[in-house]
Amino acid sequence: MDPECSQLLPALCAVLADPRQPVVDDTCLEKLLDWFKTLTEAESGLQLLQENACLVELLSHVRRPQDVSPRVLSFSMRLTGIFATQEDCFQYLQQGELLLRLFGEAGPLSWAAWNIPTVRSGWIQGMHTLAQHPSALCFLSDSGAVDTIFSLQEDPSLFVASAANQLLVHVLALSMQDGTVGSHSPQGGAWPTCAQKIVGHVEESLRSPAASQVTQALNVLTTTFSRCHSPWTEVLWGQLSPAVAGLLEREPIPATHSLVDLVLSVARSPVFSSMDHRSLWKMVGQTLGHLSPVQAGPLALGILKLQHCPQQLKTQAFGVLLQPLACVLKATVEAPGPPGLLDGTAGSSMSVDTLLSSKSACVGLLCQTLAHLEELQPLPQHPLPWPQGPLLGASVTLLQLCGGSATPSSSAGGRLCVMLAGCVRVQRAALDFLGTLSQGTSPQELVSQVFAVLLEYLESPDSSPTVLKKAFQATLQWLLSSSKAPGCSELSPHIPLFFAELFPALRKRLCSPSWEVRDSTLEFLTHLSRHWGGQADFRQALLASELPVLVQQLLQDPESYVRASAVTAMGQLSSRRLQARPEHLEAQQGPVPELLHILSSDSEGFPRRAVVQVFTEWLRDGHADVARDTKLFVTTVLQVVSQDLDWEVRVQGLELAQVFLAQNLGCAGHCPYAMGLPEPAPPSPLPELLRTLGQLRLLEFAFRALFDCDRPVAQKACDLLLFLRDKTAPCGGLQEPGGSPNLAAVEASLQRWQAGEQGRPLEDPEPEAMLAILRSVDLEGLRSRLAESSDHVEKSPLSLLQDMLATVGVPEDNEADCY
Amino acid sequence: MLDCGLDMTSTLNFLPLPLVQSPRLSNLPGWSLKDGNAFLDKELKECSGHVFVDSVPEFCLPETELIDLSTVDVVLISNYHCMMALPYITERTGFTGTVYATEPTVQIGRLLMEELVSFIERVPKAQSASLWKNKDTQRLLPPPLKDAVEVSTWRRCYTMQEVNSALSKVQLVGYSQKTELFGAVQVTPLSSGYALGSSNWIIQSHYEKVSYVSGSSLLTTHPQPMDQASLKNSDVLVLTGLTQIPTANPDGMVGEFCSNLALTVRNGGNVLVPCYPSGVIYDLLECLYQYIDSAGLASVPFYFISPVANSSLEFSQIFAEWLCHNKQSKVYLPEPPFPHAELIQTNKLKHYPSIHGDFSNDFRQPCVVFTGHPSLRFGDVVHFMELWGKSSLNTVIFTEPDFSYLEALAPYQPLAMKCIYCPIDTRLNFMQVSKLLKEVQPLHVVCPEQYTQPPPAQSHRMDLMIDCQPPAMAYRRAEVLALPFKRRYEKIEIMPELADSLVPMEIKPGISLATVSAVLHTKDNKHVLQPPPRPAQPPSSKKRKRVSEDVPDCKVPKPLLSGSIPVDQLVQTLEKVGRPVSFPFSQPLLFRVATLFSLSLEQHGFSDIKVEDTAKGHIVLLQEAETLIQIEEDSTHIICDNDEMLRVRLRDLVLKFLQKF
Repeated sequence: MDPECSQLLPALCAVLADPRQPVVDDTCLEKLLDWFKTLTEAESGLQLLQENACLVELLSHVRRPQDVSPRVLSFSMRLTGIFATQEDCFQYLQQGELLLRLFGEAGPLSWAAWNIPTVRSGWIQGMHTLAQHPSALCFLSDSGAVDTIFSLQEDPSLFVASAANQLLVHVLALSMQDGTVGSHSPQGGAWPTCAQKIVGHVEESLRSPAASQVTQALNVLTTTFSRCHSPWTEVLWGQLSPAVAGLLEREPIPATHSLVDLVLSVARSPVFSSMDHRSLWKMVGQTLGHLSPVQAGPLALGILKLQHCPQQLKTQAFGVLLQPLACVLKATVEAPGPPGLLDGTAGSSMSVDTLLSSKSACVGLLCQTLAHLEELQPLPQHPLPWPQGPLLGASVTLLQLCGGSATPSSSAGGRLCVMLAGCVRVQRAALDFLGTLSQGTSPQELVSQVFAVLLEYLESPDSSPTVLKKAFQATLQWLLSSSKAPGCSELSPHIPLFFAELFPALRKRLCSPSWEVRDSTLEFLTHLSRHWGGQADFRQALLASELPVLVQQLLQDPESYVRASAVTAMGQLSSRRLQARPEHLEAQQGPVPELLHILSSDSEGFPRRAVVQVFTEWLRDGHADVARDTKLFVTTVLQVVSQDLDWEVRVQGLELAQVFLAQNLGCAGHCPYAMGLPEPAPPSPLPELLRTLGQLRLLEFAFRALFDCDRPVAQKACDLLLFLRDKTAPCGGLQEPGGSPNLAAVEASLQRWQAGEQGRPLEDPEPEAMLAILRSVDLEGLRSRLAESSDHVEKSPLSLLQDMLATVGVPEDNEADCY
Repeated sequence: MLDCGLDMTSTLNFLPLPLVQSPRLSNLPGWSLKDGNAFLDKELKECSGHVFVDSVPEFCLPETELIDLSTVDVVLISNYHCMMALPYITERTGFTGTVYATEPTVQIGRLLMEELVSFIERVPKAQSASLWKNKDTQRLLPPPLKDAVEVSTWRRCYTMQEVNSALSKVQLVGYSQKTELFGAVQVTPLSSGYALGSSNWIIQSHYEKVSYVSGSSLLTTHPQPMDQASLKNSDVLVLTGLTQIPTANPDGMVGEFCSNLALTVRNGGNVLVPCYPSGVIYDLLECLYQYIDSAGLASVPFYFISPVANSSLEFSQIFAEWLCHNKQSKVYLPEPPFPHAELIQTNKLKHYPSIHGDFSNDFRQPCVVFTGHPSLRFGDVVHFMELWGKSSLNTVIFTEPDFSYLEALAPYQPLAMKCIYCPIDTRLNFMQVSKLLKEVQPLHVVCPEQYTQPPPAQSHRMDLMIDCQPPAMAYRRAEVLALPFKRRYEKIEIMPELADSLVPMEIKPGISLATVSAVLHTKDNKHVLQPPPRPAQPPSSKKRKRVSEDVPDCKVPKPLLSGSIPVDQLVQTLEKVGRPVSFPFSQPLLFRVATLFSLSLEQHGFSDIKVEDTAKGHIVLLQEAETLIQIEEDSTHIICDNDEMLRVRLRDLVLKFLQKF
């Protein structure tokens, strides 16, 4: 511990022990605990206690309830736990009976303060921390703490109850670790007393008629099997699995969520993966069969994600997962249809009636199923054969049912129609899943149906903005997969036809009164142009539509998000030479002036950021309008950007500057050796380049940004200047200028900027001066300082202690900030 | 009578009435029968394969055969669209009753009727076709004329005089205002959320409640929101006026409307919106107010042309108390509740009574025109259809759901202009109805048959029908339906002085009873219990008073009995003390009295009692005395043929087990 801290500590302990000086800010106590934890990890806790007697005084001060506030009581218990982690320290504290006073039955447990959850939580956390060694285990057994933990499992505070469960698992593991040293997973009867007591309690709870007790017991076991992978857990399962299996016989099955968690945690445990555990898998199968479809879904998904699992069980789980969709198909398809995976095991245990029991149940189950299948599809261990066709059919049918375009012939189908009509939740889930299904190979007939239903959603005035966005995403995924899938090459001719129908729909969407719709349509159009902007069919259809003109008009949209998306879309269209024809433009000078106008005048940050991003892209890709006079372009942009109040715009501006530098410095650093190599655009000689950079005010912009009040800007500027310095370093073509008057001027400017004066610009500095400055500034040091978080100065323990002492007794209204 | 709407779809069979001479319409060829007989060619004209009546448009009136409308006492109007037939009923049937409606309903209803009359009267047509209506002739006509129903009852439009006279019979009511009808029932209008002043009605007696739900909306538009809570506890809920386009979501349609409008105008085309002068147009203008800037339409003029355009726009701003909360609160700022005021101020929206006059000077294209009539058969819309129909740049956007847009367009074919169908019907859809019924929980629902089955064109859409328990009672045209409740109770008032005289007796905890002797006075369906007249004073003189003859004979009433007879205890009692002594009447009277007196001290019971259980109770059989006591839930009979004394004795024994008051 620092001597300074050591000096402050007695005062702080005195404050904490004084009930008249309440500690207002909980976070200080948390930080203090963190600090002590770090200290005890680095040095001996015993020594700390001995050297700082005030600490022991503070801990022993907790004698009478009225002496201490609940917060400090809780803090004291946790602090004691931290020190008692080390066995010698534990014994030291125990000698003074301090532990018994704090954690024993005669201590806070019997006080009124015990009713406050913070105190109970502090007790559990303190116990958890100290329970690390055999001495602690003896203390736990002797002090009756295990019984207290049992009772805390039922605590009304969920945090306390959960912490009690965790502690119980920890104690069980500790006692088993202690008891099994040297022997290999003894049978239950030979386990340490403490472990036996815990297991007995868990077993009793499992057989309890109270669902809450069953839940707690299952949670304890779930945590045990997830954390402990020692051989004794196998014995434990052997002992408790009959009680767990007994739960399945009850009507209704209690605590199904926790039961599923337990079964999965056992199945995932490496202890059970290496051996043939037929009884375990049998029980997993039974659980799967006994649970309702909604309850069984997560279990089925968990089973299918397992690396090692009997194939038969996987088939069963997949069947459970597919059941709801099989029901949908069964209820809506007129003829029985071709035999597929969806009509095998499916439907055996769940009738259509279960699905149709109520609207909320039906919607919930379908959404869950779709989400699970979506999660499963991209996994390498997903079930094979994957029923791509039926799943695609089911998704399309669901979307048709939601949209009202399905024509079910059965009464069950009719009921589904009633329940799903206009259901946004199912629409979203089905569209997400449909998008995922684009990864597989699908029969062409179904692909046509997919595009038809997607078009239906893109055209329908009833599609809500979120559904429409999902439809756009799914469409994009299907278009991408149709273009590249070798098996579907014959479908390519369909895509232009699809575009021909799609663009009128997009046209209407761009005129929608809902800004979300306009925005997502613009984003979609941007993606389309990025992927297919080079294809003749796409270009022809797009240019024939009014879309480019509409995009142009949306640059003036009242909603800033839409303007930003319009800027991005226009950037993309323009890169692909797909922008509106000149007669539609206000000025026939190309899009640069228009975007520059937005950059300099738009009141919102999003469109301005989008403009700089587009400009950067254009510069990188060599856009014709930019390439015509790159220097002028860069100067103008940087001039505007440097005045911008939005730090993201300035960062983007630095990115643009970096692209420009990279393009011009490409081989500047290798000048002595690279002379002979053929270069498409030979870089300028370094002095000339530096002069140019000066003229473009690029360097000035970068140096100013170095002292920007927003850290990301300064970091970016630092990176940029480092890049420039590294590129110019090997080049010996320049003389060190020494103390030339220009250098002094530059330095003076820099100092002024650093001091926060932004007024005067640099007066056309010489390249040598710039280079010298570049080399003289400690950019690495600056970068590392910037990399530190902004509160690194205030984070020191000394500062914490000072703060706490300073705020003592000053009540503040900062309750809302304390967690 | 609940509502009196006018079926205007009959006008679709007629040729449009152009404001300006239309060579195209006047040169349409006459229609002749297959055999070449051309006797109808003056009345019927052919246009693009459809046949139209070339005459003043006629309307289909409400059913008059089934009921004599002169006997109708009261008409309850639910909204201004449902009163368009009122002049036909009040002025042409001998109607002498009262019409009840809210003020905005009457004012805007008047505007709609005024517009209708004006549209028809300003284009007088000499010809009135009637030959085609002959039943034998009609059979030979092509559909849909051939299938038109009750054509003989179709009538020309009423006059403004009739409108004024009809409206003078309307009694104005406010929301939640209770009105007594002949003391029999009370009617109350409730906000239905569909249009300015639109109402649902509660018709209730003291013990029965019928709700009439017609044209209601749960969407947040300009009117006051729907009052659902007051519809609870209805015995019967009559449900009608649901959305005509259940598959079209109004929000989506407004989006379509705006997008199509913007696309047309951007391409230099004009947009024509056939509409009524009130209602959805307010919401459309509000939407456009927010939309035009984002769509870059700020410079495009919007025209609203109707003989009542000005009144409609101004009326909407003054009915603040009938508006939704947001709009009401604007009035206190003070700001106009509807933003169309600002559109008018900034000259973005201009309104004219007709295309003649100022409009022709101000007219600028491309533009957006809102005008009537949505049937496209009369009104200024006819002119714009003729004017703009030839260019594919222009668009007609149908927003009113009352007419089939294809039929409306039929006499304008071939048509180059684009047609967009965006019906905006904010009335309840089936999903909302299900929610409403779950919330309100009426005992029975009564609705038109069409609502109880999916639409014929979408028979699989089981979601497009009313789904409630018990199933809704459906009615069809001209069907008489018995509502599933009986009036079992009437409320009777007790005069205070009579109430004062009552002495309630607690027969079980919390329940007290008192007997009442009174005179029931019934007048105007009100029943009052008045104190009975005092028993006639014994005549002070020997003269007999005549009056006393009219007064009912007021005997002291026998006490009322309550409770049940415990059979076991009765039998025990009978066994102990039941039997009276019988003695021959030949004994002297004094002996008889003395014997009776002594025997009452030591009585003998029956020894031969048998009890039989019956379906309704028990029979106690006294075999020797040949007597039965028949005990049932609500009656007890002592059957004892010859021994009156025994009967009386038994009766008294039985009465001991019952409470009297």
